[in-house]
Amino acid sequence: MYWLRLRLHYWTSLLPGALLHRFSTAPAPAAATSAATTDEPIQPAVEIKHTQLLINGNFVDAASLKTFPTVDPRTGEVIARVAEGDVEDIDRAVSAARRAFDHGPWPRMTAYERCRVLLRFADLIEEHAGEIAALETWDNGKTLAQSVGAEVPMVARCMRYYAGWADKIHGLVVPADGAHHVQVLHEPVGVAGQIIPWNFPLLMFAWKVGPALACGNTVVLKTAEQTPLSALYVASLLHEAGLPEGVLNVVSGFGPTAGAALCSHMGVDKLAFTGSTGTGQIVLELAARSNLKPVTLELGGKSPFIVMDDADVDQAVELAHHAVFFNQGQCCCAGSRTFVHERVYDEFVEKSKARATKRVVGDPFRDGVEQGPQIDEEQFKKILRYVQSGVDSGATLVAGGDRAGNRGFYIQPTVFADAKDEMKIAREEIFGPVQTILKFSGMEEVIRWANATHYGLAAGVFTSSLDAANTLSRALRVGTVWVNCYDVFDAGIPFGGYKMSGVGREKGIYALRNYLQTKAVVTPIRDAAWL
Amino acid sequence: MAAANGSGKGFEVPKVEVKFTKLFINGNFVDAVSGKTFGTRDPRTGDVIANIAEGDKADIDLAVKAAREAFDNGPWPRMTGYERGRILHKFADLIDQHIEELAILDTVDAGKLFAIGKARDIPGAAHLLRYYAGAADKIHGETLKMAQRMHGYTLKEPVGVVGLIVPWNYPTTMFFFKVGPALAAGCAVVVKPAEQTPLSALFYAHLAKEAGVPDGVLNVVPGLGPTAGAAVASHMDVDKLSFTGSTEVGRLVMKAAAESNLKPVSLELGGKSPIVVFDDADLDMAVNLVNFATYTNKGEICVAGTRIYVQEGIYDAFVKKAAELAKKSVVGDPFNPRVTQGPQVDKDQYEKVLKYIDIGMREGATLVTGGKACGDKGYYIEPTIFTDVKDDMSIAQDEIFGPVMALMKFKTVEEVIQKANNTRYGLAAGIVTKNIDIANTVSRSIRAGAIWINCYFAFDPDAPFGGYKMSGFGKDMGMDGLEKYLQTKTVVTPLYNTPWL
Repeated sequence: MYWLRLRLHYWTSLLPGALLHRFSTAPAPAAATSAATTDEPIQPAVEIKHTQLLINGNFVDAASLKTFPTVDPRTGEVIARVAEGDVEDIDRAVSAARRAFDHGPWPRMTAYERCRVLLRFADLIEEHAGEIAALETWDNGKTLAQSVGAEVPMVARCMRYYAGWADKIHGLVVPADGAHHVQVLHEPVGVAGQIIPWNFPLLMFAWKVGPALACGNTVVLKTAEQTPLSALYVASLLHEAGLPEGVLNVVSGFGPTAGAALCSHMGVDKLAFTGSTGTGQIVLELAARSNLKPVTLELGGKSPFIVMDDADVDQAVELAHHAVFFNQGQCCCAGSRTFVHERVYDEFVEKSKARATKRVVGDPFRDGVEQGPQIDEEQFKKILRYVQSGVDSGATLVAGGDRAGNRGFYIQPTVFADAKDEMKIAREEIFGPVQTILKFSGMEEVIRWANATHYGLAAGVFTSSLDAANTLSRALRVGTVWVNCYDVFDAGIPFGGYKMSGVGREKGIYALRNYLQTKAVVTPIRDAAWL
Repeated sequence: MAAANGSGKGFEVPKVEVKFTKLFINGNFVDAVSGKTFGTRDPRTGDVIANIAEGDKADIDLAVKAAREAFDNGPWPRMTGYERGRILHKFADLIDQHIEELAILDTVDAGKLFAIGKARDIPGAAHLLRYYAGAADKIHGETLKMAQRMHGYTLKEPVGVVGLIVPWNYPTTMFFFKVGPALAAGCAVVVKPAEQTPLSALFYAHLAKEAGVPDGVLNVVPGLGPTAGAAVASHMDVDKLSFTGSTEVGRLVMKAAAESNLKPVSLELGGKSPIVVFDDADLDMAVNLVNFATYTNKGEICVAGTRIYVQEGIYDAFVKKAAELAKKSVVGDPFNPRVTQGPQVDKDQYEKVLKYIDIGMREGATLVTGGKACGDKGYYIEPTIFTDVKDDMSIAQDEIFGPVMALMKFKTVEEVIQKANNTRYGLAAGIVTKNIDIANTVSRSIRAGAIWINCYFAFDPDAPFGGYKMSGFGKDMGMDGLEKYLQTKTVVTPLYNTPWL
């Protein structure tokens, strides 16, 4: 298995054998694609324990007593009704977080003690991996193999990573021009408001909550209304690990109500948002209009995946396929503009069509399934509208193009070839299983096209040429360039966008900055032996 | 002072069980090639606790070979930092599960207070390991801003096979000062523990294996300095040497490194650390702090505050209170929870300390309290205070490594800075004052690697530690502590058609 030995990308290396096999070149059962979607849904082996808001260490109803349904994307049926947070609940949560920050033990305990809590949390996540993964798949529709094999371990990894930072947050001692002793203290910023999306509910929880807590902040987290369940569950584990009350508050609810309340709250010191570019603009505006709280944004993308003429076409096809179809195409950094050099273009299109056609769509709980349903009806319809627009604008539909099965939100893996740069499917974020293939003839041209977008989240480069890799890596105006790999998301690697793909970086040492204030302490130094 | 020597009076000496007495090489406990053993002794009695396999050059060769193989071909340096970190976390958890047993070993082997071992030394080792477990995935290289059209970056790579020679005064702490960062960095190590205190090191080797540290990555070879220690220092296949011990031996280690393969060396050596007490200090606090700084671990600590400079305004009152407090010390069996000071580690050290006390008296210093051995067996010495000490006296210049305090009077800040720096050592210093300007000025002016203001022994995993001058070079602990186990490799390649540099 040459493909595996190369470890070309991280996700596949984490997935269990059965699924990995699907990513390899072994043929899949021809009938699998639509058959799986018509079977009776598999009943998830997990009990839903928490549906209320988590405020000040307790699960409570919404002040309004309202609830909203969270839906199984396989069927459109209600999984559970969840307390619906609104302005008053955000107020309660912010007050709790404010108290926990201003008077509670969390920012006042040693970093090592905070580190130990996060380490225990990581252990608990692993102990409850099966339940957490099932909940995630049920609520989101991503494959269980992915939840078990990639996302739960990555959450534990992220928590341990930031646990290790807690006691290594260093300020500088500064040589000023003058007889002054200058020290820089990095202090927690205070109450952090965090809004996470529905495509990676657990991982986005980890990316946000991990660094915020490691730095000693308290948090009010608003989850996406499509996927409130896993965050409530792991938040309860975090309390079991020893997190003091009020340090992490989780409010389920909708963007225009709960989300907006958090963004414009005067008691929130910092805001971090992951979601669409449109919503990001609103978030930034609300922050500006209220208390000028600093904001980090991780937004949309239309990331290019560039296949140079020296590429091994089979490998390039597999990686490009994965880059766009992974997680039902619901990735902000999906490689959704596939630029292929003219010399390998025809072969590439043919093979991409074959690969997409054999992609196994079905119940995400079923072994061997590669693609589950889209998150909800709205997304499902939006994607199908984009597919129609692709057809209407004259792109060549070479695979898919319709829903899969007859219920739930399944969509056929869809491939457009001969797309042009100005088409909507080549410009807008579709957020679904739609690959758009474009032909290019030279390096300068592809750089120009790849950068001709408001977005700048990520890019893939596929080449064996060192010089091409270096030139493209530097030339692309994006936050992440994956060379001969894609979707490598280790906790240590900073992630975020150029241009309208966002502001700031998550993960790595860089994410600590988001959650720290910088204080310079200056005092004269008298009769110093040296400066 | 109260003599609480002996045992069985109001406390119980726990059962001492020695499980590991052989060399730990390539994941196995083995006899020495020579078949020789040496006795490790209980400083409470001078009796042999256990006979330990005595490593020699032939054993060091085997250990280095195992480490070389583990480094060159084994999984350890090829794992991700996160994977190494997971194993070190497991190692830390195992230490936490054996606190009592490990503390017993250090107490019986080194005469260290059992209660302190349980509360600080052993849990502190787990803490330090967790720190470096968390650091293993945070060893960053840098991308560079080159002045040419070049793409340049640095890789921080493990240095390779590391020789670690650790002393007997803190057998557990010193072991992890070195092993923690070396393993986190991805190195394979050969540890030579002190011949006085091999027991806990062998136990840690066992726990490391249980935690999943691959065979050959951690080798522990007890033995003597001139044989086993010298073999490590002069080995052609050891890539780096880290030594903690006396300045005299440090010099030999560095010479051996220079004469063999020029391996880089880091040394954490002796000290004669000053504590400067200013007139504005809270007297009781200062007296307590100085007592703690001098007598902790029976004065067997490289950073002991042994030159105590007290400003003239409070000098007389300080001397009186310091003597009263020293007399309250309870010298005796370190297993006794009432005891504050155990025996010196062995007969050599015991005799050396008594000799320095004798020299102090002959040189004209005034003995205020202590000055004698105590108890009818073992190596106990009374907490001792000299006043009227002059800067040039041996007891003000040499490291005694025992419970002996030298008190001196000073008038001004300038004077005391000059006096404090009047030493070939530069390991640590204490400052006791409420005045911010004095604290800042003196902190910057003293040539020492650690300055503790209104505190002492403020060690922390995140705080780098190591000496100026003849106290050594290279830092243990903190992210600095990782540096000496890393090589820096710069990688450069031309850039073509890059839109920006």
